[in-house]
Amino acid sequence: MNLYAIKAIYLFEMHRTWRTIMQSVISPVISTSLYFVVFGSAIGGRIPEISGVSYGAFIVPGLIMLSLLTQSISNASFGIYFPKFVGTIYELLSAPVSYLEIVIAYVGAAATKSIILGVIILGTAALFVPLRIDHPFMMLLFLVLTAVTFSLFGFIIGIWADGFEKLQLVPLMIITPLTFLGGSFYSIEMLPPFWQKVTLFNPVVYLISGFRWSFFSLSDVHIGISLAMTAAFLLACILLLRWIFKTGYRLKS
Amino acid sequence: MSSAISVSGLYKTYATGFEALKNINLDIRHGEIFALLGPNGAGKTTLISAICGIVNPTSGTILADGHDIIKEYRAARSKIGLVPQELTTDAFETVWNTVSFSRGLFGKPAKPAHIEKILKELSLWEKRDSKIITLSGGMKRRVMIAKALSHEPEILFLDEPTAGVDVELRRDMWNVVRALRESGVTIILTTHYIEEAQQMADRIGVISHGEIILVEEKAELMRSLGKKQLRLFLQEKRGEVPEALARYELELSADGGELIYHYDTQKDRTGITALLKDLDKAGVRFKDIQTRESSLEEIFVNLVRERK
Repeated sequence: MNLYAIKAIYLFEMHRTWRTIMQSVISPVISTSLYFVVFGSAIGGRIPEISGVSYGAFIVPGLIMLSLLTQSISNASFGIYFPKFVGTIYELLSAPVSYLEIVIAYVGAAATKSIILGVIILGTAALFVPLRIDHPFMMLLFLVLTAVTFSLFGFIIGIWADGFEKLQLVPLMIITPLTFLGGSFYSIEMLPPFWQKVTLFNPVVYLISGFRWSFFSLSDVHIGISLAMTAAFLLACILLLRWIFKTGYRLKS
Repeated sequence: MSSAISVSGLYKTYATGFEALKNINLDIRHGEIFALLGPNGAGKTTLISAICGIVNPTSGTILADGHDIIKEYRAARSKIGLVPQELTTDAFETVWNTVSFSRGLFGKPAKPAHIEKILKELSLWEKRDSKIITLSGGMKRRVMIAKALSHEPEILFLDEPTAGVDVELRRDMWNVVRALRESGVTIILTTHYIEEAQQMADRIGVISHGEIILVEEKAELMRSLGKKQLRLFLQEKRGEVPEALARYELELSADGGELIYHYDTQKDRTGITALLKDLDKAGVRFKDIQTRESSLEEIFVNLVRERK
């Protein structure tokens, strides 16, 4: 194991975060705070409680997930796309590092950032709405699992993308809709029965449901199913990455 | 002892169907400076990229210091340093950080004294805390060299090291290259400037259209392919070559003041004696004589022409 290389890439990526702190930390915190102000305090006061939880508190897990997902993807995809774009990838390809080490370093750094961000947003949320966390360990597990899974997914997008447009495409066209429709702002029980069925095909539903359960012990689907679905998505990303590295897809000609 | 680099039966066909490398067989000895010479698009960069792991070979094997570059990529790559042709750097990082990053990437523990030494040798020490984006092109090239040397490679690839480089950097770079060679580092450089190969290299390989045309000691190459020129500076300018001398295929310089004779040093009879006698008979008088070996440029142009 080339630990020096993992450390070098990890620190390099983390350094990039501090360099772009406005974009990578402050701006997601501000936009999430706006959600709290609008939906939590302003509109939220007029929305009835959901299963005994105030609406402002109810949306907190969903909003954290929303940031976690989008930030994990954008961090990890940009982290690997940028060297490809400017050409510095040559060094990575010519270095004595295994693909596993590359993934650990890039995905580790991207996940670390998202987790820090998630914790900051959680802290910010606590300022606006009263919060309780029934299962802190599960909360943390979901936080880490989701950050890692979607950083892996972002890494794949970064390799796949051959332009900045594609880099934006998946987060914007797929992840944001899936998150909004995945129960960030509502319980899926509120949907008509038909759409309740349809929405179960949305993988984000399981993440948000599981994460919300760790706060309020409320969930749309069973916590075990949530965990299993997250793990399945993680596995799918790992398998896809293995194929990418085996074939050198979009990395080597 | 194994070669520093050993390439056998290497083919590279790109997805477009373009055959960049065709049956390359090449051995590079430990501690030599090897110049890979060829026109643009000949396959120089593809060959280097294949050895360094940036391009997947279609078939064939490559060993670096006896290690297969695919099966034992860790051992092989940790010995190799690469300075690519393009200036690609992390614009927003400082010189110090980016060079230290490279060392870590190649699996070496931090060694600030070594980084300091490289930066000083390459006149980058004053710029160590500057962001790369603020540096000039020449300075960026120095950074790329520093990155390649950060992990103390035993084999160094320089891809077109002097393309677009000023005189000062060229001199610094050759000083570094010489010092590296003295410490036992094998150096492979590509160039299409023949003079560069002529000045620096121990051996020269010529590549054209994806094939290695020949590999030879520089001196040997010069000798075996060396045509010489005899220039006769005439006392009186002439409009044409005297008819009596037609069989020598003389060339008249543009101003009519010199006659130029080409001959092959490898032949027993170069024809010089006969030429001088006939010149005398024809009443051609000259004030000076000069002979000159053909440059690699001329040799190379001939080689490529012969292949066609």
